[in-house]
Amino acid sequence: MPTPFKPVLLEAVGIPDGQTLASYRSRGGYAPLEKLLAEKQPGEVVEMVKASGLRGRGGAGFSTGLKWTFLPKDHPGPIYLCINADESEPGTFNNRILMEDDPHQVIEGTIISAYATRAGTAYIYLRYEYPNSWNRLQAAIDEAYAAGLLGKNIRGSGFSLDIYLHRGAAAYICGEETGLIESLEGKRAWPRIKPPFPAIEGLFHKPTVVNNIETMACVAQIARRGVDWFRSIGVPSDPNNPRDPGSYGPKLYCLSGHVERPGCYEAALGITARELIDQYGGGVWKGRKAKAVIPGGISMGLMTEAELDTPLDFAGPGKVGCLGLGTAAVVVIDETVSIVDFLHNSCRFFAHESCGQCTPCREGTSWSLRMLERIKAGQGRLRDLDLLAEIGSTMGMMPGSTICGLADGAAWPIKNALKKFRGEFEEYIKRTNPHGWMVTDPVPALQIVGAH
Amino acid sequence: MPTVIVDGKEIEIGADERLNCIEAARRAGAEIPHYCWHPGLSVVASCRMCLIETGTRDAASGKIAMMPKLVPACQTPAKDGTVIVTESTLVKESRARVEEALLIDHPIDCPICDKAGECLLQDYHFQHGQSERRADLHPFTSRRRDVGPTVTLFVDRCIMCTRCVRFTREVSGSSELMVINRGSKEEIDVFPGYPLDNKLSGNVVDLCPVGALGDKDFLYQQRVWFMKREANVCGGCSAGCSIFTEHNQDTVYRLKPRENPHVNTWWICDEGRYGWHHIHDESRIVGAGRRGAAANQQASFDTVEWSDVVTRLRADLKQAGRLAVAVSPMLTVEEAWMLCAVARSIDPQAFLAVGHVPRASADETFPGGFTIRAEKCPNRLGVEAVISLFDPAVPTWEGLLEHVRAGRADAAWITGAYPTAWIDGDTAAVFAGLACVVAQDFFDSPLSEIATWRLPAAGFAERAGTWVNVAHRAQSFQQAVRPPAGVWPEGRLFWNMLGRRGLYDPSAVRRQIAESSATFAALAGEIPATGVDLRIHQLA
Repeated sequence: MPTPFKPVLLEAVGIPDGQTLASYRSRGGYAPLEKLLAEKQPGEVVEMVKASGLRGRGGAGFSTGLKWTFLPKDHPGPIYLCINADESEPGTFNNRILMEDDPHQVIEGTIISAYATRAGTAYIYLRYEYPNSWNRLQAAIDEAYAAGLLGKNIRGSGFSLDIYLHRGAAAYICGEETGLIESLEGKRAWPRIKPPFPAIEGLFHKPTVVNNIETMACVAQIARRGVDWFRSIGVPSDPNNPRDPGSYGPKLYCLSGHVERPGCYEAALGITARELIDQYGGGVWKGRKAKAVIPGGISMGLMTEAELDTPLDFAGPGKVGCLGLGTAAVVVIDETVSIVDFLHNSCRFFAHESCGQCTPCREGTSWSLRMLERIKAGQGRLRDLDLLAEIGSTMGMMPGSTICGLADGAAWPIKNALKKFRGEFEEYIKRTNPHGWMVTDPVPALQIVGAH
Repeated sequence: MPTVIVDGKEIEIGADERLNCIEAARRAGAEIPHYCWHPGLSVVASCRMCLIETGTRDAASGKIAMMPKLVPACQTPAKDGTVIVTESTLVKESRARVEEALLIDHPIDCPICDKAGECLLQDYHFQHGQSERRADLHPFTSRRRDVGPTVTLFVDRCIMCTRCVRFTREVSGSSELMVINRGSKEEIDVFPGYPLDNKLSGNVVDLCPVGALGDKDFLYQQRVWFMKREANVCGGCSAGCSIFTEHNQDTVYRLKPRENPHVNTWWICDEGRYGWHHIHDESRIVGAGRRGAAANQQASFDTVEWSDVVTRLRADLKQAGRLAVAVSPMLTVEEAWMLCAVARSIDPQAFLAVGHVPRASADETFPGGFTIRAEKCPNRLGVEAVISLFDPAVPTWEGLLEHVRAGRADAAWITGAYPTAWIDGDTAAVFAGLACVVAQDFFDSPLSEIATWRLPAAGFAERAGTWVNVAHRAQSFQQAVRPPAGVWPEGRLFWNMLGRRGLYDPSAVRRQIAESSATFAALAGEIPATGVDLRIHQLA
């Protein structure tokens, strides 16, 4: 049993007034920034982050330093930095804790990242439903301006940065990086086709980097504690897989669902789901067994009880058929929950949140929802499961049928639930529709069309 | 030259051409189905109908590396070595699924839909869809929503390709249309109080690949498969937009833009689109008439048989003496040339002038580059060029009025064919004292009151010949519909008055003009559908 991880990103939690500049400074904050501004060139900061092996914490796990290097060299500017705080993945609340309890850590990371990417303007795109984060973050930004940490010529370095806090209007799709950019531009948040990637042409047609709040906190900690410290935590790259860059650093795991002590816990990347649930969450509630666990937000799919020893690093969940680590929001589903209910809920979410741009996602999410509604109403047929599986396997960016990854996220719960819990679906359908479960005819659909 | 491999067939494309895979495949004869892509609009790649398999052939080794997933052909550029596979199982399955998905929320009310017969959703369903409906959903409503004075929206038929939305943003620049709601509940709508009301709004109906946007002018008028279409040219202004006149049994039902990269690209304005109704106006002049007795100006017109018009008109004009002719800019080049020839055969010194040129205030250019011209006639340049062959001075309408006022004419032959009122009583009175006035026009005007001869004119769709637009582009077209009984198009009258045999043949006249004039030399051969630039030889 590993020793409990001493929180770094969450060190301010529980400290009275930990959100203030004074408290952050007393913990050593902003000194690394000042040192770095005085001593390092932007390119050196990029190299530092690249060397740390930091991978984006927003969900896709792309190397942060590498992303920064995609910006065009010697661009006359402006270059924009967007911080994605549109934390809408069900089960995820780590960004909220960071913004509410230690906003200066996020701001310091943002300033460092902006310096590294030569961005003169940073936008923090904040989820609408986070009024407390809004207040705390805005207060912290104001404090930073007053202290000369933001604005023109920060600490005499010649580097200037303005941070704008932008509040979204509560749409899941705004967390997709190009959807976020469109929304920031004042448009409907329809993700853009790529290429061009944001690093080449993003916000207002200028090179743009989009990073997550937790990534910013990690950048601040890398600047404070060093690359070696960061690389000492987590899982090194798999020597047998040259494409695995490893999973380094601390990670905020959001544990919720049927556990005794839900919450946001900081641990080294690579902790297994079972360790997380048992050591941090106090085990599955009421002494029950887990039926399934969502490894990283609802769109990552499902792990069965037998798969709980999977390490929750960037490569782990994929090995058991999940989409990935995602936001590391672990949701525990106990043995009393019907997987049909779970999938219905998941489909309802994605049908509601599909932006409606690409046909397969727009119609696929809504079709799967309506099919599950019918199954739940006792009108299911075994044939529906094949249809659902087909929707699940053909919808998304990975088969190439959509522009963004929302459809993959919608497809994965369907795919995993049907693959890992098909027996339960079949049992449910046979039980609730004893006379019609075997019907394979098309459901008669035509009605008389109203004259107009 | 870059080589693209389409379904195993190698084709070459231009080195500086920027084609996407849809366009490149079309060159090779492979049709990639698509809804949201339109060459005149930005690429959104959202319908996902054009998904194909692509790859790249390495120039050195000849090895082909395929992309692991499907890509939208509209968004994928065709470059040297690009491999396009349009008919693989994966592609076909993907198309069938998109068709199926689009039909989940579509009312399938084809029997009462105007688009049926020219609907991409129908066509693609037959080609790429599957016969069985697996979705068990009941979306069959046909909600109708007014979005503007000329356009109506059948909400549930929409497949959310957003072509119409992009058109109002990118081409008309008026941005009235938008998408409301999210996911499968999305609809096209306008903001309350801001209807779709711009001078190009009718184009969204043409753009709509399904029956969602309907043209109120055409709604429930005709099933599209009953109509025939004739390539034609709009006579509404000097832009000379290429159009199709769609008609059935000599009745025009609608006009559609005809793609012409040199003139109107893919669009036409609403003024032109709905500017055909005068053709079927009950009050248009039908039948040739001559006033009963020369002494009695109030006498009504006696109907004259057309065969007699040819001889009696010539005799009347010959007898009157010095002739002045207004050659209307609504006439074709061929008609204008024959009119000049007829006039000079009657009076070798006949004064030939360009007819009245109607004008609006100013040209109007839209953000997408489309321009509506201020000059509301199609052929001023053509008529001027014809007259210059006879009189290098090329007098104008005002010059003609001056000529008549100065008493240098005894007879006037004024051709009009204007679809709207164009001359007032005072101007018409200039001709009052002449021995013979021929008013050849579409509607009665103050000229009719003093005219000795009242002759009908043809509408634009009833004419055949060549018009020269504002950019010196000559476009030839055929007659789309026959004029009503009692109307000889001008060309037929002039042809007969020249003593030519047989039916009026514009191409014979055109050849003759081209042979005798450097200006019109470009008209000598076959004229392509998109027209020819008359200056092409002069530049060379």
